[in-house]
Amino acid sequence: MGDWKTITVPVLSSDSKNIFQYTSEKRLSSPRMNSQVLCLPLPSSKSMHSFFSAFCTEENFEQSISYLNRELTTLGFPSIYAESKGKELNLISVINCMNELLVLHHKNLRAQEEVEMQHLKLGSDMDHLKNCYAKVKEQLELSRREIVGLQERDRQLQSKNRNLHQLLKNEKDEVQKLQNIISSRATQYNHDMKRKEREYNKLKERLHQLVMNKKDKKIAMDVLNYVGRADGKRGAWRTNKTEARNEEEMYKALLSDYEQCQKQLLVENAELKKVLQQMKKEIISLLPPQKQKPKEGSEDGPVLSDLEDDIGELNKENMWELSCETVREQLTNSIRKQWRMLKHHVEKLDNQVSRVHSGTLNEKDVISREDHELETEKLELEIQQCKEIIKTQQQLLQQQLMSPCDDDTTLLLQDCYLLEERERLQEEWRLFQEQKKNFEKERKSFTEAAIRLGLERKAFEEDRGVWLKQQFLSMSTDYKHSENVTTPSAFLESSDQGNRLVKSTSQRKPRCVFSDPVPAEACQASHYITCNSSSAVSIKPAGESNPNQWVESDKEETE
Amino acid sequence: ASCVQYRLVVRDVSTLQILQLYTCLDQIQYIEWSSDSLFILCAMYKRGIVQVWSLEQPDWHCKIDEGSAGLVASCWSPDGRHILNTTEFHLRITVWSLCMKSVSYIKYPKACQQGIAFTKDGRYMAVAERRDCKDFISIFVCSDWQLLRHFDTETQDLFGIEWAPNGCVLAAWDTCLEYKMLLYSLDGRLLSTYQAYEWSLGIKSVAWSPSSQFLAIGSYDEKVRILNHVTWKKIIEFEHLAAVANSKTIVYKEVEKSPSAETERLSFPPARALASSLFSTQSKYEVSQVPVSLQYIKPAADRANPKMGIGMVAFSPDNCFLATKNDNIPNAVWIWDIQKLKLFVVLEQLCAVQSFQWDPRQPRLAVCTGNSKVYLWSPAGCISVQVPVEGDFQIVALSWHPTGDSMVLLSKDNFCVCYLEREEV
Repeated sequence: MGDWKTITVPVLSSDSKNIFQYTSEKRLSSPRMNSQVLCLPLPSSKSMHSFFSAFCTEENFEQSISYLNRELTTLGFPSIYAESKGKELNLISVINCMNELLVLHHKNLRAQEEVEMQHLKLGSDMDHLKNCYAKVKEQLELSRREIVGLQERDRQLQSKNRNLHQLLKNEKDEVQKLQNIISSRATQYNHDMKRKEREYNKLKERLHQLVMNKKDKKIAMDVLNYVGRADGKRGAWRTNKTEARNEEEMYKALLSDYEQCQKQLLVENAELKKVLQQMKKEIISLLPPQKQKPKEGSEDGPVLSDLEDDIGELNKENMWELSCETVREQLTNSIRKQWRMLKHHVEKLDNQVSRVHSGTLNEKDVISREDHELETEKLELEIQQCKEIIKTQQQLLQQQLMSPCDDDTTLLLQDCYLLEERERLQEEWRLFQEQKKNFEKERKSFTEAAIRLGLERKAFEEDRGVWLKQQFLSMSTDYKHSENVTTPSAFLESSDQGNRLVKSTSQRKPRCVFSDPVPAEACQASHYITCNSSSAVSIKPAGESNPNQWVESDKEETE
Repeated sequence: ASCVQYRLVVRDVSTLQILQLYTCLDQIQYIEWSSDSLFILCAMYKRGIVQVWSLEQPDWHCKIDEGSAGLVASCWSPDGRHILNTTEFHLRITVWSLCMKSVSYIKYPKACQQGIAFTKDGRYMAVAERRDCKDFISIFVCSDWQLLRHFDTETQDLFGIEWAPNGCVLAAWDTCLEYKMLLYSLDGRLLSTYQAYEWSLGIKSVAWSPSSQFLAIGSYDEKVRILNHVTWKKIIEFEHLAAVANSKTIVYKEVEKSPSAETERLSFPPARALASSLFSTQSKYEVSQVPVSLQYIKPAADRANPKMGIGMVAFSPDNCFLATKNDNIPNAVWIWDIQKLKLFVVLEQLCAVQSFQWDPRQPRLAVCTGNSKVYLWSPAGCISVQVPVEGDFQIVALSWHPTGDSMVLLSKDNFCVCYLEREEV
């Protein structure tokens, strides 16, 4: 295999210089061949040709073949010679070998590409990592510097803190010292003061003695005359009795004051208790009804019953003892319990509201929404059904209208309806006529009664006038004359009024008939009543036998 | 009644006519009416003499001579028939009786601001005493001057005592060096003590509410603390800050009205009223918008009795308002609403407030600031009234008539009576 060293290879184009270098140093190592292949750029076909022709020429044809054979057999390929020992090439095996080599070549190229790609990738990864590393290193440096700075600051602050603590302690010590000084000075001053006071007292005593001893006649009171006491009492001797009385009075004054105070406090207490009870009731009413919530019912059920018992008890107790301490405690405790429950309730409500605001779905919300949806569906179904019904109805109507029905039937139908109505109207008309007749009858009777009444009244008035005349005749002449003048006019007036009334009623009669029978009856009745009342009024004064009064009242009635 | 040098002048309130004129032996230092308004006592401290005059009988005279014992103070007893004289150096209190020939002595009275206190109904009298460097209180029955109770108090140096209007509780407080308020019941039992703080200067002024429900204590730390009569514990603390920030408080600021607008109406010769108004400026009240900051004065710290703290406290007669004055802010009067326990009104004056007093019948406050104006406040509003006098009239003090219809305005040499019209209903 070393024969090839002597082969000189012709010069090729510049882009395959490397190959020449390698080929000149031809070794028989397969990796070298591989490296050859690696560095091989794709040469042009021309150069390829020249290169390949450089390897095998006509002279060393057999040698090259045998060399190739050896190489191939070492590589594991079948021999290119024919089976006989002769130097004839087995073309098929040659072609196969070539194919195999080509395939191998392709594989190698691919592998090369892959490796190159990987190489590139690794190179970029390396660069990237290097950058990252550099950055991280920078950051690490920075953070280290920061830490150092912060540590420095921390140390400074701590030292400051220590200083301040120290100062504070110093100040406190000073304050304590000053307080001690003050107290000691105070005691000193007190002591001095006491000493001076004692001296002063001694002086005073001395002076007092001197003053008293002098028996100064000047110390006296000179009064013209003694004045009486303001309250007029005489002066009393000081005895034990008076002392006792004084004590008694003093204690009485104190006691009355205390009693007043206590009364005020009792009133206040009662008011406050009332307020508390009211509050308790209101709180209980505010709380949600316990029956609906079974969960809470277990908690609050017994409590509520307790409360009710409490209320009952309290109401009873309050009637008897207003200031019983246990009652007071019970009341305050129950109110506290209620208040706590109310607070819980309000908190729960607040939570619910907040949840609603935040929009998170709660079980309750889901349920309610579902319910809501169900309901809407139901309603929609109903609407649909109604619509359908309406449609059918409309259709039926249309059919009815549009369907060709006989005129007779229609007429008949119409007639039927009309007949019904007519019958009804006739019935009503009959009733109406009956009523009218009844009203007529009544009106007639009323008018007759009114006429009779008027006649009676006239007669009565005449009688009265006669009787009055007789009365007046019996009295003095003066009155008689005046009365005679007035009374006939009064009679005339009243009789006129009576006639007028009757006339008015009769006049009213025809007017009312056509509009409405009932009101006519009413006004007739009212007139009748007024007539009655006027007659009643007129009757009364007759009994009293005072003509003037009667006249006036009648006048009032007419007005 | 008023005294001029050594004369006592008695005038009628409605007409200011001189009814009586009495002459005393010496310059009168102090006068007091008896409770039934029949007698007037005139005390002359220098001579040690007290003279009593009667209105009904001008000829009646009474002279009490203390002689060498001297006289420091004198006052009537509530029944109007006894005179209590305090001798010099507070050696003793002599009780002279005008109706009996009897004299009583009370030994060792205390020399303090309010050493004697009478109950409103005049039945009992409390006297502060000091024996052997210890404070005591003695309660006497005024009808016969019998000693009812005598007990010691836990105070360092009792400064003042005051009865509650219901006559059942006696408040006793310590000197300003120590904040201590003691409450004793009528029979001498200690009901409660109250101490707001230690060491700082303590109580400066005290006032009972007319219903005896509240006790207001004004102290040197510019706060008023109110105790309630049920538990004797503090129910609220009112702070008097220089910056009024609460929007519900009404601040009335006294503002000078410029007199230049009135010059047009001058006539020649100028009328008296106008002449006076030329020299003194008119003023009116303006409502200032909250927040308002008031003038704050810090007193000199090295002097005794500094002008700081709540110097004046007074309840209105209907128990609804409390008027206070903070000596650090001398131009302002603070009015608190007791029903709501909040600051109601602040009156800001141009000059320092000298004194104020409530109308005995209604919630009306009269304030004087040392100029010639008197200021009135009521829940309906406030006005500034100029006293129509010639020349200067510096009102230093004022005093209401018991019916609330008029008040007396006092200056150094003169006084005038201000009549208030009653609203026609």
